[in-house]
Amino acid sequence: MTGPRDFEIVGSLANLPASANGPRHLVWWGNIGFMVIEGAGFALAAAVYLYLMTQAPAWPPAGDSLPGLLWSGVFTAGLLLSQIPNLWVLRCARAKNLAGVRWGTLAMAVIALLLLVPRCFEFAHLGVPWYHDAYGSVIWMLLVLHTVHVVTDWGDTVVLAAWLFTHEVGDDQFADVEDNSNYWTFVVLCWLPVYVLIYWAPRSL
Amino acid sequence: MTPDRAHLERLDRIWRDPPGLWGFLTTVDHKRIAARYIVTALLLMFLAGMLALDMRWQLSVPENTRMTPQLFNESFSLHGSTMLFLVSVPIMEAMALWLVPLMLGARNMAFPRLGAFSFWLYFGGVLTLWIAHAIDVTPDLGWFEYPPLSGPAYSPGHRADIWAQMITFTEVAALAASVNVAATILKMRPPGMTLARMPVFLWAMLIASIMTILSMPAIMLVTSMLISDRLVSTQFFSVAAGGDNVLFQHLFWFFGHPEVYIIFVPATGFISSIIETFSRRPLFGHSALVLAILSIGALAFGLWVHHMFAVGLPRLGNDFYTAASMAIAVPAGLQIFCWTASIWAGPTTFPTPMLWVLGFLATFVIGGLSGVMTASAALDLQLTDTYFIVAHLHYVLVGGAMFPLFGAFCYWYPKATGRLMSERWGRLAFALIVGGFNLGFFPMHILGLMGMPRRVYTYPAGMGWETLNQVATAGSVIAVAGGMVFVANALWSYWRGKPSGADPWGGSTLEWASASPPPAWNIAFTPVVESLTPMWNDGRPLKAMDGLENDRREVLITSVTGGGPLYRQKSAAPSIWPLVAALAVSAMFIASIFTPWAIPAGALPIGAALTGWFWPNRPRAKIGPFEAKP
Repeated sequence: MTGPRDFEIVGSLANLPASANGPRHLVWWGNIGFMVIEGAGFALAAAVYLYLMTQAPAWPPAGDSLPGLLWSGVFTAGLLLSQIPNLWVLRCARAKNLAGVRWGTLAMAVIALLLLVPRCFEFAHLGVPWYHDAYGSVIWMLLVLHTVHVVTDWGDTVVLAAWLFTHEVGDDQFADVEDNSNYWTFVVLCWLPVYVLIYWAPRSL
Repeated sequence: MTPDRAHLERLDRIWRDPPGLWGFLTTVDHKRIAARYIVTALLLMFLAGMLALDMRWQLSVPENTRMTPQLFNESFSLHGSTMLFLVSVPIMEAMALWLVPLMLGARNMAFPRLGAFSFWLYFGGVLTLWIAHAIDVTPDLGWFEYPPLSGPAYSPGHRADIWAQMITFTEVAALAASVNVAATILKMRPPGMTLARMPVFLWAMLIASIMTILSMPAIMLVTSMLISDRLVSTQFFSVAAGGDNVLFQHLFWFFGHPEVYIIFVPATGFISSIIETFSRRPLFGHSALVLAILSIGALAFGLWVHHMFAVGLPRLGNDFYTAASMAIAVPAGLQIFCWTASIWAGPTTFPTPMLWVLGFLATFVIGGLSGVMTASAALDLQLTDTYFIVAHLHYVLVGGAMFPLFGAFCYWYPKATGRLMSERWGRLAFALIVGGFNLGFFPMHILGLMGMPRRVYTYPAGMGWETLNQVATAGSVIAVAGGMVFVANALWSYWRGKPSGADPWGGSTLEWASASPPPAWNIAFTPVVESLTPMWNDGRPLKAMDGLENDRREVLITSVTGGGPLYRQKSAAPSIWPLVAALAVSAMFIASIFTPWAIPAGALPIGAALTGWFWPNRPRAKIGPFEAKP
């Protein structure tokens, strides 16, 4: 019967840092993992849209009105502009700028909340209820899917911002801000194809 | 050197769970969580086996009245759903949760609390399906519940909802586990374990996790669409309103086919570990094996339409998927040759785990060949929905995944319990299970060719199917008896088995370096890896590094490709919040069967639970508008 192996110590890890940032950090990879899951969800939802579109004789089906461009345009412009403060927060996190990440994260929470206003109007101007036909169902699904991401990231940002103000901020917290910022970029990038599908694919046919 | 006692006592103090029930509910120890997963899945395997036996009883003679058509429908739906969603996929992930940190010489998974959350949510899915069964709301439309049959028009009541929501539970659990496994393998390898020095087992688990991440969103999406058609009258699958039922099948099988490989790929990891150890030589064709698993992982996403040949898709599409389905036999065959060559070349011994490897090779090759047959769209049109398919799918899933799992169970049992299983009873269980299985399922090929359709609750006399059905039933009885012997052996050995020591088989990989059973902290120091088989160094002490804190939970993070040390990461302590969060999510999932308002209403408790989960345990701020007051 054997006991556990003996060891020959050939070095020490004691001098390694207690945190890191970017892809060196463990949590960065967890964040990427969940983005890939959700990205796959978006891609498949887009595939559902395109599948139904190619099966339909007309898109939108006869009698359905086209989705409105005003509020979706406001939302899209606002979302794209939100990348400016978002990327600034990311730079603050990398530079370990305490005041920057505190106020920047708070600002991003406010911006996400403000963006939900045009998003609500977007739902009201989709032009067809979800229960009317498969076209209505799929555009509602895409918009709900993206809205869930905006709301989730908003909640996450609010909590993160609160703790940045109330608790000490160390290297791991700067890494958290970086991950949160990357996630918002993901929410922005996912919107662009969804926007094209909901608002421009029906107009292109 | 042997680690000094003070060091080990400090590790023990830091890493052990609180005692009693509180420790049970709050643990984040990957071994305890994985053991729970495995025991639950094995219990469910027993229940699903009983259902199978009951169905074989019904089919043993023509015009049997043991079951009504409804009970038969419920039985095969519950059997299939349990085996695919609650046994096969979760138990493979559980093996990864248990083994990956040990094989990496790490102290825990990358995200310990996510592991606990994953189990509790999986358990919620188990309870959802089986409590519903207990109160007679059993799903009755098979394991893939196609609309329009599962739509609101043809399936009133909640049987279909239970099935769809059980999937949501188990898929969220599986996705959480997969991210955890992938991050652990990519970022927590020991110094020196470059990608090129990674054991095949870890490659298999990494690839299966990535496949899960890419395929499971499809089933979550499609079951959510089904639920919303049933609950809020969306029209995804309603043909009259522009919906499409074939869309359901595409999305289901875009998940469903990779799922078969999500179950099979981990099994290739078990087989590789067992063969390497008992052939006493590094695996023949290590790189070829890894590349074969990678290409299986990629090809698995291009085959799903072969489940839909009978739908009436364009010819060219069918031809493409026929070719792709046959192509996957190439890497699968390559693996078989590498394993056979390893067994042939080494001074191989054949204790019970190796017997299971042989059982796997024989059975899986038969299943693979019947797979090549059904890959042909023309032949598939004749065979689909017959017992030939039932035979094929059991040969690949039981032969290709369950036999390796049983082998893995026998192989790592001493590591988990510190005791050896009885070889004599192990051989008997092996003979009964493999013999009974082949006796039970081989005749089904012939029954299928004779035209016996699957999913019929009985058949008239005079079809010429009686004898083969009786043989099949006799085979299942023998296999189930073998299962009983296997379980009895495991239970008996747990208390009475011979003590195994840390490394009873002379294993090649790092899990054999720690004590059996491994302590809460797994291994005293961080090993340094210089070869594919780090334990085979002629019995010299293992090279290792010290310096991880032993007064707080800490793990080493290394670089993705080279395995170079980067930093020391704090590792999460036991917490009740994963359980609370899983309860909140479960409440929302269950309530959303009945009302869509459960989703916004349920978001609040979930948000609160997650906030509690991540509540900072660092000191209050010393500067800024909310600084701590002295």
